[in-house]
Amino acid sequence: MVVTTSGVEPDTLVEERTTWFAGQRTRRRLGHLAAYLLLTAGGIVMMVPFAWLVSSSLKSPQDIFVIPPEWIPADPRWENYKEVMSKLPFLTYLRNTLIITIGALVGQVASASVSAYSFARLRWPGRDVIFAIILATIMVPYTVTLIPTFILFKQFGWIDTFFPLIVPYWFGGGAFNIFLLRQFFRTIPMELDESARLDGASSWRIFVEIVLPLSKPAIAVVTVFGFLSHWNDFFGPLVYLNSEDHRTLALGLTALQGLAWGRDATHLVMAVSVIMIAPIIVLFFLAQRTFIEGIVLTGIKG
Amino acid sequence: MSTPGPSTQPVASSTVAPSTRRRGWSALRRRQALDGYLLAAPAILGLLIFTAYPVIYTFYLSFTEYNFVKTPVWVGLANYQDMVGDELFRKSLIQTFYYCALSIPLTLVGSFLVAILLNQGVRGISFYRTIWYLPALVPAAAAAALWRWILNRDFGIVNELLYRLGLPTPGWLVEPEWTIPTLALVAFWTGLGGTMLIFLAGLQGVPTHLYEAAALDGASAWRRLWNVTIPMMSPIIFFNLILGVIGSFQAFTTVYLIYTPTGSGSAGPSDSGMLYLIYLYRNAFQYFRVGYAAALSWVLFLIIVALTLFLFRMQRRWVYYEAEAR
Repeated sequence: MVVTTSGVEPDTLVEERTTWFAGQRTRRRLGHLAAYLLLTAGGIVMMVPFAWLVSSSLKSPQDIFVIPPEWIPADPRWENYKEVMSKLPFLTYLRNTLIITIGALVGQVASASVSAYSFARLRWPGRDVIFAIILATIMVPYTVTLIPTFILFKQFGWIDTFFPLIVPYWFGGGAFNIFLLRQFFRTIPMELDESARLDGASSWRIFVEIVLPLSKPAIAVVTVFGFLSHWNDFFGPLVYLNSEDHRTLALGLTALQGLAWGRDATHLVMAVSVIMIAPIIVLFFLAQRTFIEGIVLTGIKG
Repeated sequence: MSTPGPSTQPVASSTVAPSTRRRGWSALRRRQALDGYLLAAPAILGLLIFTAYPVIYTFYLSFTEYNFVKTPVWVGLANYQDMVGDELFRKSLIQTFYYCALSIPLTLVGSFLVAILLNQGVRGISFYRTIWYLPALVPAAAAAALWRWILNRDFGIVNELLYRLGLPTPGWLVEPEWTIPTLALVAFWTGLGGTMLIFLAGLQGVPTHLYEAAALDGASAWRRLWNVTIPMMSPIIFFNLILGVIGSFQAFTTVYLIYTPTGSGSAGPSDSGMLYLIYLYRNAFQYFRVGYAAALSWVLFLIIVALTLFLFRMQRRWVYYEAEAR
């Protein structure tokens, strides 16, 4: 596939090339071996914390401080999970987290894709300037907007409700997501829109029937990123939610770490962490292909 | 990309009178502009309500004294003047720059190298990709709990290992001089996955013929990395650098959570983990010095804008854009 020179080549040159290719191949194999070794060694280092987390969550408060530590507890204490489940209103935390995550995610994906479509494929005066401004807002630290937004929601009487954590996401869904989707939408051939338009299709129909179906990977990326950010969000709930029965999983976990249970609750904190991480990892393994393939295909190109 | 329609269908275009055609086009165009505004309306409203207005309002608040309850009182430049003599403010600035100087290069270089290794066409790549991405999925609340435990001075697994190897066992999170490097390391663990994915996406876009040509010229792997991969990837390195700067200067959650068990708003041993946003949070939500917090916010905003502009200026020197070179 590489040899493109036309005409008859002297035999010596061909021979030279084949030996050169053979050398290249062994070298590439060596390179692969080195890559494997590095990836495996580093991967193990990155994974050790997870193993330690699970191991600690299955120990008794006494065993957890034993030195040298046991990696696989001889007598795993599954009761830790039962204890945590009964001591904390887990179902309430879970319900709250789900309401916020789904409520915000739907708005985020919908409004980000709609506006990205407008910025990518519709022509209107001022479009590029407004897009540039929206992109520039990535630089605005969230604390700059935090205080006035807090005051605004306070005037609405929305403090200690889920609205402040959901409603803003229905308005654009975040500059980064708009950017990501716009980049992807721009890679779809414009002729598709033009011919559909000449056939009398409305902008909305073009969006729903042409652009969206062709953009599944990009939508998947935004959805997974969005899900993670809401499920894992700590700061938003910290600022806006006060009462105990409005707590999310992240807030509940933090409350657990506090002084209430003293220093010896480490094994329980680890158990809650496992409970919090596990669904995400399962979900990730299910969505892994679409998600990573999606982001790798989407690419980030100016 | 778009080929002009009329030239391919000369017969059809000549049958339509020019005036009606123009009118048809402009109606279509007007319709499209209207649709454009309507569909972008949520984003534009969001920009106005949740960004523009708050940015301006915070700017106003930064000239006032305010505690969320009483009406703001105009105090002129007092908040900004207070910063000059504020020891903790200075400390938070220094620690934040220190933190950024460690965590940004660490994450950038580390995730770039991992992405390159993952891009070697090795088998089982999706397995490795997943492994390396997993830490990015961990919620900050859980990551903080986990790392507090792993880095525990007396019972943590890290010090246990170091002890067995006969190495010193520092108090990672409880000795002031170790705080920031430790926090940067935790940020590396959680931040690597996302940055790596963006690099991987970029690496897919580097044309393979460049590598083939370089290989035929007998360029070593090292030279190919230096002369092909890095120049071709420089726009993406730049993109990740900008996002890294913006994100690292706003680092808050993990650090806040790591030290929460030692008291809400705590910043570690002798305030050594006092990142900018922790100090800001303290002022706004613990001292209720909202005006001062607003001024701190605006200073951070200006720092980030200045750094971003600086990086954009510098990019001419090292960022390679294919379109320009052609």
